[in-house]
This record gives sequence, structure tokens and C-alpha cells, in this order.
Amino acid sequence: MDAMTNAQDILFRTLGDPTRRAIFESLCRDGEQTVGALTARAGISQPAVSKHLGLLKQAGLVRDRQQGRQTHYTAQPEALAPLTDWTKQMARFWESRFDDLEDLLKRMDQ
Amino acid sequence: MNDTSLQTRTVTVEREFAHAPEKIWRALTQPHLIEAWLMKNDFVPALHHRFKLSADWGAVDCEVLEIEPNRTLSYTWAAMGLDSVVTWTLTPTGAGTHLKMEQTGFQPGQDAAYNGAKYGWNKFTTALDEVLAKLDA
Repeated sequence: MDAMTNAQDILFRTLGDPTRRAIFESLCRDGEQTVGALTARAGISQPAVSKHLGLLKQAGLVRDRQQGRQTHYTAQPEALAPLTDWTKQMARFWESRFDDLEDLLKRMDQ
Repeated sequence: MNDTSLQTRTVTVEREFAHAPEKIWRALTQPHLIEAWLMKNDFVPALHHRFKLSADWGAVDCEVLEIEPNRTLSYTWAAMGLDSVVTWTLTPTGAGTHLKMEQTGFQPGQDAAYNGAKYGWNKFTTALDEVLAKLDA
């Protein structure tokens, strides 16, 4: 299995669960939240929410931060890169590399 | 988009340069020049040579696949889950050189086992595209 299929696999598996997806969407939409706040919304027990957050964290989709007795979670949407169209990103990348190449070629004349 | 398991995608960027192919070839194959427009590297113009392009965001693993001085240079490009091949083609023109870069790789596929999951995903990924677009801005 190549690296890309594998990365996708983990993302699909992690976000295939509707509860986890809802938690992740909520973090994307509303920013950083505590486990308590997420539990209040999810309508399931806090240990269940914590377990889902653990799996999201393993997949690189969320990051946690301890503050006092509370753990705060933030979404990491960049982790979804393997699912987005890489061609757009690379086209932008190469266009700007071509610009730098052009500058270099001019400097090489001197 | 159809649901074949893996789809090949290609990015093409091309430009006319008022410089001779030989000069552009140097910029594409000499490490200190490559560094000036692309990334730090340990490139050697030799078939099957493995090299790394590195930047502050990470590294790209490469292997030279094809090399024909002043005409064609092709190497693999593996980074951040993307397995692809980058091919440079230099064509002399009256005023200089037409340079074409083609990068071909696999679009993340839709593994049959996940088609079901993916169905519920379409709307979701559209929303995420919007989030990602905002991050880019």
C-alpha cells in the first residue's frame, strides 16, 4: 500500500464515523473547544467523546492543549491534504518556481 | 469524477524563455543553481541517482529516471503522501526555449471499501474545501 492510499485510509476510517465527523466539523466551524463543551453538544458520555478525540488526534486531525484541568481541542484541517486535489496546490507551486527560475536566468547573464 | 480506484492526474506548467536550452539545462541540473529557484538539494545528473530536495516545510525524495542533456530530465517526486513523476522538456525556439514541466501522479483514489463512507463525505469535503481555501487566503 503506498503512502498516499494509507494516509487516505486512516482519514476515511477516522471520519467514516458520523459522531467523530460531527466533532471534527464542530471544531472546524467553531474553533477550539474543551472536552466538556464538545460533550454537551455530542449528546454522548464524556469518556466516549474523549475516545473519539483520541482517534482524531491519532489521525492528525486535532491537536490538544492542556490548561489547568481542562483539555482544549483544535481542528487541524491541513491533515486533510491527502484528500484534496493536489494538482491545484502543485500548479501554484510550480508557477512560482518558474518565476524564480526566470529571475535566476536573468542573473546568470550578468 | 468516476470511481476507478486510482486516477492519474497531471499538472503542466510551460513558459517561453529568452535563453538557450543549454543555459536552462544548467539551472535545472547544477545543485547551487537548483537551490536558487527550487530547493536545497544533492542532485547529480546521473541515471537512477537518488536525491533529496529540502525546504523548511520538509523534504521531497527523488530519483533520476531519464536524462538527455539539454532536452529532457525526469525524476520521481515523493512528498507528503504524493507519489509522482516530474518531467522537464526543453524545446529550442527561434528566440530561446520553450520549457515544459509535467508532474504526473495519482489522485487520491476511492477505494471500493470506502465508497459507502465516501458517499456521505461529498458534502463534508465541499465544506472543508471552503475551510482550506480560507486558510490559503
